Amino acid sequence: MSKTPGAPTVSTLADLFGAAYQIEIDAVERYKILADQMEIHNNPEMVDVFRDLARAEGIHAEEIRRQAGAIDVVEHGRRVGKWTKGESPEEADLGAAHYMMTPWHALQMALAGEKRALAFFTHIVETAKDQKVIKMAAEFVEEETEHVNLVHRLLRKYPVPPESWPQDPDPPVSQE
Amino acid sequence: MEEMILTVDTQLACKPSDYRSDVKPVWCPGCGDYHVLMAFTRAFAQLAVPAEQIAVISGIGCSSRIPAYTNCYGFHGVHGRSLALASGLKVTRPDLTVVVASGDGDGYSIGGNHFLHACRRNIDMTYVVMDNRVYGMTKGQPSPTTEPDFDTAISPGGTGLSPFHPLVNALASGANFIARCFAGEPNETAAILVEAIRHPGFSFVEILSPCVTYRPDQKAWKDLVHPAPVGATNDPAKAARRIMTDDGFNIGILYRGERRPYQPKFGRQSLDPSELEQEFEI
Repeated sequence: MSKTPGAPTVSTLADLFGAAYQIEIDAVERYKILADQMEIHNNPEMVDVFRDLARAEGIHAEEIRRQAGAIDVVEHGRRVGKWTKGESPEEADLGAAHYMMTPWHALQMALAGEKRALAFFTHIVETAKDQKVIKMAAEFVEEETEHVNLVHRLLRKYPVPPESWPQDPDPPVSQE
Repeated sequence: MEEMILTVDTQLACKPSDYRSDVKPVWCPGCGDYHVLMAFTRAFAQLAVPAEQIAVISGIGCSSRIPAYTNCYGFHGVHGRSLALASGLKVTRPDLTVVVASGDGDGYSIGGNHFLHACRRNIDMTYVVMDNRVYGMTKGQPSPTTEPDFDTAISPGGTGLSPFHPLVNALASGANFIARCFAGEPNETAAILVEAIRHPGFSFVEILSPCVTYRPDQKAWKDLVHPAPVGATNDPAKAARRIMTDDGFNIGILYRGERRPYQPKFGRQSLDPSELEQEFEI
């Protein structure tokens, strides 16, 4: 699997935990921004969806912190968790948001993020030198695979919306 | 659960989020300006300048709402006059980091004259224009950078007018740093903003920031932008050739000038406000 462009360099176990933690924190922040957007634009169903997603990513962040034990994931996350190109893998694409979007769209965003995170950890498994890093990254690969599967399961509950989903009965119109 | 999320948040101190205010943006979801706000806060965090030492000045328009969404000092000013205001602020408070935010209507039409002279004066501040080639806030009228054939209700068949070329004008007028960014790349934009703020003199950063409501075609920009093939030059002639001939989607720092910034020396260090008031007494 090719390297994710702009990805942080992970050499040690502390780097790995820091990067993993930062990925989840970035996702929390992004979903909160999206929830706020939906609140402002009166799409209450999506407010709940994005807040739930933020909550779920917050739980993942806490799990990583717990797994990291004595490693200060906040400090390491700040040091190594920066993406020089593009965005952190689980940061949902703000450009894909729409004020009339549906849970299906949000789950597509989440799915794309989980897949990017999976690719990041898979690359570490394939290229790291340190056995401890490889072992832990493999655990993250398993977790991210489970997250991908979970989103797929959730998507069964939310079918593809009809093509008319962005049709607004009172749309913003160009001024004449 | 909520408690746990809050714990996580508290540990994000001294991060880009420190520069964001509690005011929730009202931009349309999908708008490029969200990314620009993100780039601002990331750049400020990278510079590690305290929020109270930064002033974000703006005019009128969607993009000009940005000061309210930061924790820095801000002034949401008069249409097209942000640069005049910011110039006054910077020459009297050179210790502040002054960042000016504008849009293509506010900056190139209503504020077009100020733009040229701000470049000429070369005061040490950074001018960020979020260009979406449309007046978004007032519902989709063509702006100075709108393509000639962009069909709108107010300009059927398009305006037929050649778009204003902000980078060329900035260079010709004396801007000391010129860059183009794409909003959809907030990390890259933040890195360029850091350089723009650090560079002495007037730095001009044009950010292509899609308007998803009135210009949904601009969603395609993310596939059109590409990094500038060569690094920045300090030669205005080379820069002019590059800027004049590029495709408008060349992203990066295009020019780094070496002009000395303008900073007037005041005869008096301070003036009692009561002395000013006397002049206006009736």
